[in-house]
Order: sequence, then structure tokens, then C-alpha cells
Amino acid sequence: MTKQIERHAIVVVGGGPAGLAAAIAAYEAGEHDVIILERDTKLGGILNQCIHNGFGLHTFKEELTGPEYAARYEQRANELCIERRLGTMVVDISADRVVTAVSAEAGITRMQAGAVVLAMGCRERPRGGLATPGYRPAGIFSAGTAQRLVNIEGQLPGREVVILGSGDIGLIMARRMTLEGAHVACVAEIMPYSGGLKRNIVQCLDDFGIPLLLSHTVVDIEGRDRVEAVTIAEVDDHLRPIPGTEVRYPCDTLMLSVGLLPENELSREAGVEISPVTRGPVVDESLQTSIPGVFACGNVLHVHDLVDYVSEEASAAGAQAARFVTEGFEAKGSRGIPVTATDGVRYTVPSFIDPSRMDKLLTVRFRVANEYRDRYVSVYLDDERIQHRKKRVMAPGEMEQVVLKRSDLEARPNLANITIKLEEE
Amino acid sequence: MYDVAIIGAGVSGCSIARELARYDCSVCVLEREEDVCCGTSKANSAIVHAGFDAQPGSLMAKLNVEGNRLMYEWAKELNFAVLPVGSLVVCVSEETRPGLQELLERGQANGVPDLRIIERDELLQMEPNISDEAVAALWAPTGGIVDPFGLTVALAENAAANGVEFRFNTKVTGVRKAGDAWELAAGDGTVTAKCVVNAAGVYADDIHALFLAASGKSDVPPIEPSVAPNELTIVPRKGEYYLLDTTAGQHVTHTIFMLPTAMGKGVLVSPTVHGNLIVGPTATDVESKEATQTTAEGLAEVASKSSLTVKNVPLREVITTFAGLRAHQAAHDFVIGELEGAPGLFDCAAIESPGLTSAPAIGVMVSGLVAERLGAQRKPEGAFDPTRPGVVNLVITSFDEWDELCQKDPAYGNIICRCCRVSEAQIVDVIHRVPQARSLDAIKRRTGATMGRCQGGFCTPKIMEILERELGMSPDEITKRGPGSEIVVGRNKDRLNISTQPVEGGDAR
Repeated sequence: MTKQIERHAIVVVGGGPAGLAAAIAAYEAGEHDVIILERDTKLGGILNQCIHNGFGLHTFKEELTGPEYAARYEQRANELCIERRLGTMVVDISADRVVTAVSAEAGITRMQAGAVVLAMGCRERPRGGLATPGYRPAGIFSAGTAQRLVNIEGQLPGREVVILGSGDIGLIMARRMTLEGAHVACVAEIMPYSGGLKRNIVQCLDDFGIPLLLSHTVVDIEGRDRVEAVTIAEVDDHLRPIPGTEVRYPCDTLMLSVGLLPENELSREAGVEISPVTRGPVVDESLQTSIPGVFACGNVLHVHDLVDYVSEEASAAGAQAARFVTEGFEAKGSRGIPVTATDGVRYTVPSFIDPSRMDKLLTVRFRVANEYRDRYVSVYLDDERIQHRKKRVMAPGEMEQVVLKRSDLEARPNLANITIKLEEE
Repeated sequence: MYDVAIIGAGVSGCSIARELARYDCSVCVLEREEDVCCGTSKANSAIVHAGFDAQPGSLMAKLNVEGNRLMYEWAKELNFAVLPVGSLVVCVSEETRPGLQELLERGQANGVPDLRIIERDELLQMEPNISDEAVAALWAPTGGIVDPFGLTVALAENAAANGVEFRFNTKVTGVRKAGDAWELAAGDGTVTAKCVVNAAGVYADDIHALFLAASGKSDVPPIEPSVAPNELTIVPRKGEYYLLDTTAGQHVTHTIFMLPTAMGKGVLVSPTVHGNLIVGPTATDVESKEATQTTAEGLAEVASKSSLTVKNVPLREVITTFAGLRAHQAAHDFVIGELEGAPGLFDCAAIESPGLTSAPAIGVMVSGLVAERLGAQRKPEGAFDPTRPGVVNLVITSFDEWDELCQKDPAYGNIICRCCRVSEAQIVDVIHRVPQARSLDAIKRRTGATMGRCQGGFCTPKIMEILERELGMSPDEITKRGPGSEIVVGRNKDRLNISTQPVEGGDAR
């Protein structure tokens, strides 16, 4: 390659909410040589198509639309003159932090990064991932694809709609399709609980009289060219369809909101350790992955429910990346004290904590495995319970968190394990 | 009036068309779908069979082994993807071991080169994920994997470049004698040709029936081999598959078949040329020739059988499932030849597995028969161009080469399909080739766009935009695979306008 390799202190991969917040935080932490690489033609990521409101309640104490929320960060990035390249897709990240990207403007570009922040977001699980029997006609959309067609292109994907999966995008699209003149027959959810936020079930389904069929799934798709009908059946405790419960819904559209998957192909190829539970990188308290100087935040790390938390997490990752570049992290033998998720806690982010590097307070985020009522969220430092907080309701669709104090950890020099679990009492 | 009309633009029809283009004759391909490769050719195991399976002496055996050899040759001049990964027939119990020897001998009788039986140790070295039950295997190094879409499209493009005409959305519904030629009711009109080739896949029996009805007594002796004027019955035999993400693509590195046991045939597990892992198929005879839907039972069968030869097949990495229909015929051999009593009507029917592998040899054979009937001569040296430029594949392009492509055409730097790394330039390229790619699936077959782990979630709207721009289509004209499979149905709120006029098809919701 005849082209010069560029050098940047921090390369942020992705210009959505996570990438923007990370870049801004890195800059504000004093590292000004930050560049954002964004594959789309504008910053903001998926927020650009989220034209409904409800964003920013935590961060700005007001209710913004997705584009408005993104604009706040974009404006800040503009004020700071943070460099960004749009229409630029990263195609490779090496373990020694060489980032290779391609764009129409510049062709292939290579950058040696002091630190890399992974902020590539997530993608939707497609119909194929469910192995739903039936034909493969037009008219099957993941909810996000339909959202883009409707909200960005102004195109109506269908008129009679069945939605499978009660993830937030599916719920939002149930309302959107109704507002655009389509009829949404129902939302079927294979689990006995919704995968989305309670407020979305109320505002997007209940308010429009759209039934939510829990413990139901699609067992057949008819229509060779375009969807003509789907059949929905109830499922048993093992999620197997119960014969005799089938109901056929004539429709022209099946929309899927059956899960989001962090998009970690680049991370994997770089050699970043990936958690089988979150499908995102395994990170420590600094949100650093298994590769030194490579950080992760937002939906590429684990799928979030609220963008506010994405921004918060990404700010931390950006600041840590700046710290890594300016101060360097001391090499050490281990990644810190392992955090164990058990008894109803599916995972935690981070998975390791080095008390010497954590801030005074550290937020540990997690999701629960099932719907729970009146359980306690407990934190154990080795065998000693240091937090015990009752939650009335917890559900897999909503992210939970505990806040750890550095002083608690430092007070126990021989601490070997941190455990976060749910307890009945 | 054409010299030849070929019914069906699957891999057989396109191969015959391409090979006929070597002769001094006019050729037209009639296809009921909107593109080539829309039937059996698009939904199969995508395997280049070595040729040990077919009964020695059968047409199938001959064309398989010959097709296998030609496939690797043609890949070079036509630039489609084929990988000679080799195949293994795995024996999972000592009782069935004699079956391996039988297969070996059958393969040798068929002329398959380099066959060898390997023992468990060697097998395990070749395939670390092979089942603990595996005791030995037949190793066929000439086995391979091929891009069935790429092959069919390459044949069609090369045929077109050499003068063959393609007519899509043109279903043949009638055949009648018209002097020394045959007149076909095709689409909205008629097509007349001196010779007609029936390469209609699962519908070949229906076309054969039209042939029979049109044929009469003729003193002209048929060209050998000939097809007796009998009824032909094609049974659609469904095969269902799992296609796993490229993350699972290295789980095995050869095509793994199971040596049948008393328990049945098992399923194959194989890498694909696109880097995925394919698992299947089932074999269920079905009533309908349109029954390409997957079924709960079929998918469950594939899932359970996957473990018979290979350990821990990561089925959770599934990105899609699909079903295809084989054109099965009771005698289980290809039916190729001129219909007795109907000079000029040729069957190329019952092309079931190993039909894909045999396609090149089928093209050579059928074109030869037709040319003989026509008395057509080979075109002079240089008048037929056997080469066809490939479609760029960025997955296997080095960054330096990619950079050069971008310098020539910046659209190579605009990635449309992120999962399969397909740029705007490749999509524009295939839209403007002949035959054109005019639908999402047509673009998918040629470039791989939408074929990856997000299954078009991100790139569908972007590809629609490119189709709109390049072909001047409106969004609601864009289809997944031809008329009736439109992607969008209208504009937002288009039926919410405050109107006292009733809207057709709408109601007060």
C-alpha cells in the first residue's frame, strides 16, 4: 500500500449515540485527537429513524425524539470540532489497533489508533434466525427495517400487519403502522412476558387496542410471493406450539421484533473476547475489552433499553480511552476481580473490576433472566452481603443496575469475587 | 422464428443455451419467472458431486463425472465461485462399512478419480468435529462446492453475450406444430422455433405432456438417445435446509455425507462458497410444485440428523432456512433426448441431484443433439467468446486491490450490504448486465447482498434506492422476486386522506 498510515489518538468506530458520547467525553477529558468513523451519511445512528418521543428523560430531563436527542450530541461534537468521516465503514481492526476503513471518497484508509472505542451498535435478529416454518415471501420485515422505510423513506410496508416479538421497536412500530393507516392485528410474544419496556406496551399497544398475545408464536407463513397469512399458536412451558391452538391471521405483512444482537464481527476478528450471554465484549471497570486500548460501549457491548444509559456508558468509555492514551494503563497480571452474575442475574457489565482503576462510584449494569416480583438485588463481596435492595418488579426487557463504591472494594485487599444475584429475602 | 427455444432458465436451460451459442443458430430462452435460477437451481445443496453415487452405466453417472470435470474448467472462463474442497462419505458404524467399499467400487466404475477409503485417525485430522461414532470414510478429492446462482447467471450472461435472447415472465402454456417448426404459446404471445428444449425443472412433465399432445406420426428418425413418447411424471421431492452464519462456516471444511444406515440417509454438512455452513436436506415427496415452504417437521429432522456425522453443529447460528424441490422421477435417471415422433422436441427432464454438477455436461450433450437436428455448424474460431467477466467479490479482495477499485470507481467504497461486504458498484454492475438484475433476489443471487446475517435488514432500503435510480422504478414497483412480491404497498397515510369517496379495497378501520 502506497498510502500513508494515519495516526490518531482515539478512533471511535460508529457515530451513533454511543460513538458520539464517547468521542465527546474523550475530547472533554483532554484528548483532542479523536476521530469518529461512521458508515452512514450522517451521525446519530439508529436514532435518526426513531422519530417517536421518550428519549432523554434521564439525561436532559425532557422528552425528545430520537433525532432531537442525537442532535444535542452532534451539536456538542460540532462545537468541539471533533473530526468525523461519514460514509466510511470500518472493515478491519487489528489487535495492535490498526483500523482499516473504506469510503467512496478516500478508498481504503488505515489508521494507527492509540485507543479504539467500539461503538458499532447492534442489529436485529432476522426471521431466518427463528427457523419459522413457511414460505419466504416479500412482506416479512424486521421492525427496524420497516421503521426506516416508514420514517425515513415515507413508504408503507403493508396494510394488514401481524407483529412477532414484543421488543421495543416492534411495540413502537405497532403504533406507527396504525398511525400511518395500517391495521395491526396483534403482537405475538413467545415468552410469558414482554421483551419491551412497560411504558411502550401501554402507550403503543394498550392505547390503540392492539392485543399482546403472550406465550404465542408464529408457526406458519403463507404466501409464495407476498405474505398472505400467518398462523399463530400458543406455546407450552417449553416454548413448543400447542396443537389445536392455531389461529390464522390473513395479512400482508409480518413484522419481527425478536431480539437485537450486538454487531461484533469486527471485534471478533480483532480477537476481542466475546461473552456468549451478551454477545458483546467482556469488559473491565474501564469498559476495556480483552485487548488493551480497545474499549466498548453502547449496544455493541450489550443491548440497552434506554439511550440515556448508552450515552452514560459511552461517556465513561470515552473518558477511559483518553486516560489510556494520556496516562497509559499499567500492565497487570489479571483483569481484576471477577464479577459473578447468578441466581436470576444473566450477566453484568463489567465482568471484571480493578479497584485501583475504578472511579469512586461504578455503575454495574445487568439484566434479569425472568419476570420477578418482590425480589432483592444483592451484592456480595466474597461472602459478605453489602447491598440488599428490594425491587417490586423486574423484567428481562428492562436493564437494572447497582452502584459499587470504590471504598467498599478497597477496604478488602484480599477480595476475590464480587457476586450480584437476586434473593427472595 | 428461432432455431431453438429453451423452456426454463435454470442451470440446465442456461447451460444448454450457452453451449448452443457455440453453433450458428438463433436461440431464445423462455422463463416463467422474472430471472434465471428461480427454481430447483437456486435451492439445493450447492455441491459439486464427485460421481460415486450414480449407478454405473446410467446417464446420470456419465454426466455427473463429466460435469464435475467441466465445472472446474468452466469456473475459470466464466468466473463463478467453485471450491474443490473434496467430499467425505462418513461411515458411522462397523456394520455398514461394506457400504463404503461398494461406493468406492461404484465410483471407480463411474470413472471418479482418486477415491480412497480413510480410517478414523485420518478422518479426525481432516475434520476435528467429526462424530465420535465415525469409523471410516470415503474420500473424494474431486468433490466440491459451487455457487449455484453464480454458475447459472454466468452461463446466462455468457449465452446472452453470444447472442442468446432471454424472455422472462414468459410461461409456456401450449405447443403446436407449425409446418416444420413448433409454435409455443408463451406469455402473452407466441414463439416459433425449429427445435424446442424442455428444461422446465419440476414442471418438465407438464411441458412433456404438451409435447406429446403436439407430436404425431413422423417418418423422421429421432436423434439418439431418444425419449419414448410415454407419459413422464415428475414428483417434486422437497429438501429442507438450515443455512448457518459465516461464524459457523469453518465447523467442517469438506462436504460431509453420511453413509446410509438402516436408520436412513442422514443429511450433509458442508461449507458453502459464501463461507456459510449448510445442513440438509430432507427428502419428502410433496403434491404441489410450488411447495417451497419449510415445515416444522422438516426443520426438526434436519436439526436432529445434523449430529449423526458431525459434532456440535452450531444450529443457533442459523441465518435462514429454506426448501427446494428436486425434479424426481421414479426411474431416477436423467431423461434427455428427442421425443420419438416429434422431430425437434427435446426433453431435458428429471434433472435431480447431481443435476447441478452435471449441468455443464448436460449443456454439451443437449446442444449437440439439437445442433445435429438443425444441422447447425460450429461458429468459426473467435465468433464465440467463452469468457464472462466475474462480479467483484470484496470478501476475497485484498485491501490494496480494493483501494485500486475505489480509485477507478468510488462506488466500490460505498458499502451497501455490510454483512456480505457488497458495495454500490457491484449492485449497479449487475443491474446493467444482460440479463438484468431487477429485483432484490436477483441482486442477491449475483452479489450476495441481503444474504448475510441480517438478511437484508439494513440494506433492503438502500438497494431499493439504487434500483429506483438506475432503472427509473418507483418504490412500489420494486419486488423481492418479480410481480406479486412488491416490497412496499404505498405511501404513509395514503388511505387516511379525508375523502368521501370509498377507497377500493380499504375499509373504515
